[in-house]
This record gives sequence, structure tokens and C-alpha cells, in this order.
Amino acid sequence: MSSRDIILGRVRRALGEAPRGDAQTSYETAVDRQYRSEHGSRTTEETVDLLAENLADYRAIVHRCQDEEALPYLITRLLAARGPQYVLVPPGLPPEWMSAADPTRVHDRAVSTTHDLDKAGSVVTGCAVAVAETGTIVLDGSPDQGRRRITLIPDHHICVVRVPDQVVSSVPQALERLDPTRPLTWISGPSATSDIELDRVEGVHGPRTLEVVLVSGE
Amino acid sequence: MSGTFVGMPAFPKAAHEAVGNTTLRANLRHATHTIRDKRAKAVAELDDWALLREAGKQIKDHTLRHLDTYLVQLEETVTAAGGTVHWAADADEANRIVTHLVKETGECEVVKVKSMATQEIGLNEALEEAGIAAYETDLAELIVQLGHDRPSHILVPAIHRNRGEIRDIFTKEMGEWGRPAPEGLTDTPAELAEAARLHLREKFLRAKVGISGANFMVAETGTLVVVESEGNGRMCLTLPETLISVVGIEKIIPTWRDLEVFLQTLPRSSTAERMNPYTSMWTGTTDTDGPRAFHLVLIDNGRTDTLADEVGRQALRCIRCSACLNVCPVYERAGGHAYGSVYPGPIGAILSPQLRGTASEIDASLPYASSLCGACYEVCPVAIDIPEVLVHLRERVVQGGPATRQGNRVVLKPAKGHAAERAAMRAAGWAFVHPGALRAGQRMASRTRRFHPRTLPGPGRAWSATRDLPQVPAEPFRDWWQRTHGKKESGK
Repeated sequence: MSSRDIILGRVRRALGEAPRGDAQTSYETAVDRQYRSEHGSRTTEETVDLLAENLADYRAIVHRCQDEEALPYLITRLLAARGPQYVLVPPGLPPEWMSAADPTRVHDRAVSTTHDLDKAGSVVTGCAVAVAETGTIVLDGSPDQGRRRITLIPDHHICVVRVPDQVVSSVPQALERLDPTRPLTWISGPSATSDIELDRVEGVHGPRTLEVVLVSGE
Repeated sequence: MSGTFVGMPAFPKAAHEAVGNTTLRANLRHATHTIRDKRAKAVAELDDWALLREAGKQIKDHTLRHLDTYLVQLEETVTAAGGTVHWAADADEANRIVTHLVKETGECEVVKVKSMATQEIGLNEALEEAGIAAYETDLAELIVQLGHDRPSHILVPAIHRNRGEIRDIFTKEMGEWGRPAPEGLTDTPAELAEAARLHLREKFLRAKVGISGANFMVAETGTLVVVESEGNGRMCLTLPETLISVVGIEKIIPTWRDLEVFLQTLPRSSTAERMNPYTSMWTGTTDTDGPRAFHLVLIDNGRTDTLADEVGRQALRCIRCSACLNVCPVYERAGGHAYGSVYPGPIGAILSPQLRGTASEIDASLPYASSLCGACYEVCPVAIDIPEVLVHLRERVVQGGPATRQGNRVVLKPAKGHAAERAAMRAAGWAFVHPGALRAGQRMASRTRRFHPRTLPGPGRAWSATRDLPQVPAEPFRDWWQRTHGKKESGK
């Protein structure tokens, strides 16, 4: 007998003879979902403010940008302040975002090794959705975000969030918008650890500086 | 479970030694109190916490009730998404599967994300025997591994170490495993984290095989979820060519939507954050992004035995947040090592004796490693009634009775150490149904009260060493009642 059959047999014996009904049918009534789909009521503007506040609370650096035309200049400024020689860009990043930037743009090619990517000091991406209540941005590997590795290896990540379109209030609302078949990365502030005396310290293996640009759409 | 813990003394002995270590007690007190207050604050931000807790419990209970269906569904969805599913009935089988998978890649080193399941099965030791080096990449796990130490907390395995001790371990050991610690390393947490970053970076960038656990597996979509803070998880999950995830069968949840409950309750309960810095979700393999081969090893290793116990099965709801450890007065004083298992604290006291059985001295003593104060139940985000299970397991240890081991129904013998207790209870039971004998006994006790010892002799000595024996009154209650109220009572 295979281990699969052994384990499934054990499960069935453990649950006993009593009729259990069909899993799918009983699932519908098994869970009382009276919990909130979002906490508190806010205007769209207030939701964006909450996002900015919670991002900053976990040490992300938040910038506001009133329109897309000013965005290239802001990105240029942020990169200049950091001074990397190379900046990674995902394949579908709107080219105008980087039109004024100085550092050499590096693309993540299939043949690029992790050591190649390690030479880039910064990465600029968009995002899939941002969650106000938790101060979270979610990447789903779309063309303006690229493979997961490009937002992991550089030490500096600039992430552009289109507000208010890409902003939701809560975790339940974010899950509704996301596609589980895509590889997803939820990011809440720069990498951190609580492993030394259960006290939070920012900056371990992921990007140690996370800058989030909230750009207002037209 | 892991061979590291074989031959552990029973909890009282191990705890007795631990409480004498003042550094350990200070470290634990500082860490648990810090996180306790923060957790309370993070939980208070959600006014529907009680509803989320109840929903979490219901989702897990429903899943356990239909575990066979969901396991089969998960196997289908993971396979359809490009993954390969393996089944392991026990630790040895899981270790064999993983070792074989690593060997097939031709690699002799792997990077690991912190995972309770791989610790439980002793995977690192098994890989080492096969000539494969497994590098732990979580900061606390790294501290434990470099310090040739054992984990003492579910979330923060090095909670028993303070910053000074961590600095000493890094300075002394890092050079043996790779890049040495920077010159003049101080004990500031930021510098220690930087040292770990530099030490592990080379290993991440060259790693071809990653090994992880998972916090959740979604049956509906085949998605696995890893919740972490440092980014070491992302490194291990995305950079290698082959990813092997070893996950307990109880980590399954039915639907994608169910994540909305646990992604709210887990981070707040464990690190007291609104959201942990990084959560990775992946479904099988993706053509151009991340590992090209994905293996999921589902492990039983005592879980189905636990499922067979109607009271004890609620322990399988656990999402390993460790909130119960942080509030436990016993854990705070005894520390995690005394529990003799990778699962310490209140949840460990009910999980280890169920996963491993109560045959060993340490496992038989764990249900007693509690004052039954109930703080663990109160903070548990999936409402596991830990005191209820503790009492249930005490009964099993003392009285024996039916249980399931490796899928077989067995009848456990009563434990040896409790013979006196059972004899006393039997005698008490007999006396209470023989009122004449009870009366005579009580009178005898009252008359001889001047000669009663202050401590119990023989096996009772340990009990009375830290407790006062009750004083027997000069007159039994029944006699007093009869003398003062006897007439009225008969008039009614």
C-alpha cells in the first residue's frame, strides 16, 4: 500500500463511521463570516492617507506625486539621492517613468544570474494592489513588476502605487482582487526581524530601503 | 520527532534546572513581556477580533472533518499547477524522500526557510548523514545552528539568547561556516542583523535547492503561503532552481478566501504586527519566475493519530503563532528547552504527547507542565482550549485507555508513576459510597490529629515539600452539623 493510501486510510478511520456529508455543501454553512470586510468607514482620500500612515509606521518612506508627469522627476531625484550605478527595471515598466533617470538601466534576462542582478543597487516597479489597513503593497509579477527576484536582490526598492485605483482598505478586499495562479509577494515595509529579544529591527535580507510613491491618476 | 530530544528528562526535572539559570529567566522575561503588550495592542485594533477567531476555528474544524477530501483536492491542484506531491507517513519516510530529491539534483547543499515541520522530523540531521549541508537562514535559526543549540520557541527559536550571547556566537562560529563576522562586531541588534545578512548572502545567491515549510496550503487553488519577516524566505522560495516544501497535512485550508481570516489573525498574534514584512504565495511552478521544479512533501507523523482523539484533535487547528508561549507563566520561567520538543510551551504540552504518544518520561510529564490558568486559551487565534486538552491527556497518562498510534487502535496501560494516586482515588471512591466507614475514618483522623506528620512520607514527599498539608479539624463536619443543626434538619 502506498503512503498516500495509508495516510488517507488513517484519516478516514480517525474521523469515524458517522456520516460527514459532502465537504463542499457543508463548507457553505460551516463558517460564520460575520467579521468585517473592512474596519471603519473612510472616504477614498482617507483610505489613501491611512495607507501612507501605515506604510510609514513600518519604516517605508512614502512620497506623494500629484500627477504622472511629475513622476519621472521624482524617480530621478530618489535614485540620485541613493546613487546606484545600475537600476533594475521590469520589462513592462512605463518607459516615461525612467526617462529622466541617470543610472544605467538593467533588464532581468533569463540568462542573468543572481550575481549579475546583485550588481544593481536599486529597482523600480509598479504594484498590483495596496492595502491601507495593514500598509501593504502586493506584487503579482505583472510586466510592470517583473520576476520576484528583481525586487529581492537590490537593497533599494522604489514601488509606484496608482492612487486611488490600486488601493483597497483591507486584506479581504485585496484577496478578492488578486489572482492566486500568479506568484504573489506581499510587502509591508522593508525587511525586518524580531529575532533578537523579540524587538523589531529593520533591514535583513530583503531590500533595506523601501520607498513607496503614491501617484494620483488622472 | 527529532533525535535531538531523545532521553530528555521529565519536565519537572528539566524545568527545575532551567529556573536556576538567572540569565535565561531574565532573557525570557524581557522578551515575553515585550511581545505580550504589543500583541494586545495589535489585536485591539480590530474590533471584530472575536469573530475572526471564531471563523478561524470553524474553518480549521471543517477542514479537519473533511481532511481526506481536501488532501486529495490539494494533490490535484498542486499537480495541475506543475508541482509534484509526495506523501510521508512518518519522519523517516519524509527524510528519505527529501534526501532523495536533493541527491537527484546533484547538489550537496541546501538553503532552508525556518520550518517547524522539518525540525520536527529532524531533517537537517538526516541530510547531514547523507552528506548534504543544510543552511538555516532565519536569523534565530542561524543563531541556534551556529551555537550548536536547540530551539526554545516556535517563532523565535533563539529567544533564550540575549544580544551579548548572540554577538559571541557570531564572532566565534560564522567563520567555520562561511563568511566570518565583521571585525569589531558589537551587540546592537542592527549590527547583528547586518552580520547575518553578509554571512548568508553568498549562500542565497549560489543556492540551487531551497527547502521550506508552509503556513497554509489552499486546497482550491494549490497555493502555498509562507509568512516571514526577514526576506530569507523569499530568497529560498524564489532564487533556487528546485524548491522542496515539507508540510504537515493539517496546514490545509479549503479556499483562497479563507486566507482573509488567517492573514489578519496570524501576524497580529505572532509578531504583533498589522502585517509581517513579507508573505510569499506560489501555486506550483511559473514558467519564467522562480524554481522550475516544485515538490510538496505532505507529512503525517502522528497527525492522524491526533485526529482520532475527539478532544485532542483541536490541537491540529494550531497555526504556530506562539502567542500561547508568550503569555504562559510556566514557559516564562522554565524556558522552551524543558519541554523536550521542537514544540514548547502550552501548545507543545498538548501537541508533543499526541504526535509522539505518552510512552516516554518527558511526553508523559508534559500534560502536567501547566498551572491550568487558561491564558493560552484566551490568546489563541483559533480558540484551542489548551487546558481542556491538558486535563484530557493527564487522564490518559494516569488511567491509560484507548488511543491511536501509527494508525492502529491501542489500549494504553496506566502510567507507572501514578500508582499511589490511583490507589488513593480508588480508596476515596470506596469510602464515599460507604458512609459508615467514612464517618469512622473521619472521627479517627480527628482524634489522632496531634500525631499527624507535617510532611507526607514516601511518594507523597515531593507533593508536600512545597505545600502545607491541610489541618484536620477537631470534630468532623458531619458530627458538628449533627450536633448543632441535627434537630432542625429532622423537623423538615
